[in-house]
Amino acid sequence: MTAQQADSSAAHDAPPALQEHFEATIARDQRIEPRDWMPEGYRKTLIRQVAQHAHSEIIGMQPEGEWITRAPSLRRKAILFAKVQDEAGHGLYLYSAAETLGADRADLTERLIEGRQKYSSIFNYPTLSFADVGVIGWFVDGAAICNQVPLCRSSYGPYARAMVRICKEESFHQRQGYELLMTMMRGTDAQREMVQDAVNRWWWPSLMMFGPPDDASPNSRQSMAWKIKRHSNDELRQRFVDMTVPQAEKLGVTLPDPDLTWNEERGHHDFGTPDWDELMRVIKGDGPCNSQRIQRRRTAHEEGAWVREAAVAHAAKQAARAEKGTAA
Amino acid sequence: MSDDHVYMSLAEGHDDGDARWAFGTGFEDPLHGISTAVPDAVDRGELAATCLELADDALVTAQRLAEWTTRAPELEEEVALANIGLDFLGQARLLYARCGQVDGSQRGEDAYAYFRDADDFRSVRLAELPNGDFAFSMARLLVFAAWRLAHFEQLATHADPVLAAIAAKGVKEMTYHRQYAAEWVVRLGDGTDKSHRRMQAGLDQVTAHLGELFAAHDARTAVLAVLRQVTEAAGLTLPDVPPTPVGHGREGDHTAHLAPLLAELQSVARAHPEATW
Amino acid sequence: MTPDTHGWPLYEVFVRGKRGLNHVHVGSLHAADDTMALTHARDLYTRRNEGVSIWVVRSEHIAASTRDEKDPFFAPSADKVYRHPTFYDIPDDVPHI
Repeated sequence: MTAQQADSSAAHDAPPALQEHFEATIARDQRIEPRDWMPEGYRKTLIRQVAQHAHSEIIGMQPEGEWITRAPSLRRKAILFAKVQDEAGHGLYLYSAAETLGADRADLTERLIEGRQKYSSIFNYPTLSFADVGVIGWFVDGAAICNQVPLCRSSYGPYARAMVRICKEESFHQRQGYELLMTMMRGTDAQREMVQDAVNRWWWPSLMMFGPPDDASPNSRQSMAWKIKRHSNDELRQRFVDMTVPQAEKLGVTLPDPDLTWNEERGHHDFGTPDWDELMRVIKGDGPCNSQRIQRRRTAHEEGAWVREAAVAHAAKQAARAEKGTAA
Repeated sequence: MSDDHVYMSLAEGHDDGDARWAFGTGFEDPLHGISTAVPDAVDRGELAATCLELADDALVTAQRLAEWTTRAPELEEEVALANIGLDFLGQARLLYARCGQVDGSQRGEDAYAYFRDADDFRSVRLAELPNGDFAFSMARLLVFAAWRLAHFEQLATHADPVLAAIAAKGVKEMTYHRQYAAEWVVRLGDGTDKSHRRMQAGLDQVTAHLGELFAAHDARTAVLAVLRQVTEAAGLTLPDVPPTPVGHGREGDHTAHLAPLLAELQSVARAHPEATW
Repeated sequence: MTPDTHGWPLYEVFVRGKRGLNHVHVGSLHAADDTMALTHARDLYTRRNEGVSIWVVRSEHIAASTRDEKDPFFAPSADKVYRHPTFYDIPDDVPHI
């Protein structure tokens, strides 16, 4: 029996006092920290969620990253380059949080490239024009902010702290995306068409980013009880729609939903139903770019292996030389 | 804006500001407070040519570094390579802007980057070569950073205050890039048999271009001193520098690799020449 | 052990944002050696801001205390920063995003 197995089987027979202490900490809205006792389900759920989140940041570099070399002005090139770099940084903060739970990054990467762990479905759609860069900033980073701001109060300390840092940068990204679109809307007819076309393509996939409707999201309830998640999928989706509609009006684009109207009684916008079958297809691997995204990540990881191995070999040689030097 | 409630909750409970995150905030405009007037003693033609050459080198290098994005051997290197690419891109922008002020055309940075053809680019050939493997990219970065650093150290006292300020900022950046590349050349040279082989091959390819660099700016002593030190630590063999340059990018004489690089870089801008971005 | 399946070792990063402040733990990263860890830390956690001070240390070299060795609310596996310092078996599961 390995240490890990011993530890996790011990957890199943945890004294009720530990469970009570954990639950009381959550109830007081205090943070759980890495060395605290926690139920195995909590740990597993968190590792899965944080890893998926980290994978999403890393895979999410690809759709926009394709446009760095083609950005049509040096200013936009610098903004986009820095944004995609931030995404790599966010992925690293999140993998770091996952590692405080005992996960191993190399293992998580293996799971990603073998298709055993998922990432956000949104990154399986292609970026067809430079307007997509702006719309991704506006919609996808906007949706990410709706999702992530409440996570700054997530019950797990390292995750919550990573989210604070990430949210600060995401809000920049959203503003940059929106500002690009405003500039394009003031430009030529062709640019305005590009923006509207990108809005048409990204609107529904963005609504799907919040996950299936609450009645079809079995994991959500436990996550909310543990305060890993703070709002339901549908609540967050509604918040995103309410936030985005006035921005679209100001921008002068049409959101591609004939059912989108203000509901005075609810004090919220009513909107149409996303194609949940499409979401399930994309999650299961059948989106427009799934295999291409995973393949790129796999190739980078595999082609980088000799470099990583060389660094380890050099470090070992250095350590041996240092030891020899001390001994002599 | 109407999404303020989201940002408000972002600020909630974090009123101790940014200090706790230890993030850098010290990014200043390198040209702050510097007059853009060209001193009488400065030859405008020469100054513009120097700015253009250095800007083209930086832009082409930034473009190649951007190609590493999502392809780096480890995630930490994604961040590092992007930092370096962004430094070069920043240098290109400042230098193009200075060029436009000095050469009388009043062109902006994008006019130089997007609306000139390969023949008009003055970048050295070394910069435009495809990335190859990580060993080649690191060998090139080492040589290029060492060479450019030597040039910038000299330009930091240039009579034109703007170029001097750009160079002074560049000195700090190039020192870091040289260090980053040197560490990798040593790791790969002194790593596994495979990495040693690849590092030696990368170094051989790069040193074949030294003649061109030295013809453009003779920093032979400084660059070779760095290369000797690094190759010794890495257990690599420093090849002889070929006596004659393989070509003269500075005269618009480029390899076949520059035109496709520019075609990609300029594709969107040229498809929409009337657009604003 | 093959280096690639285990990757580079984990380092903890501590940054002093400006003079007058303590070094604060900001997160972790992977690096093959101390030099690389410092370079990565500078790139990742300070975006290369000059003038900040960085400490890095291999995670496995940090000893962590519990408030009270007998306190059942803390993990008994006393001496590591994290309770599970190595590979932890995660179930493959269909996500909700």
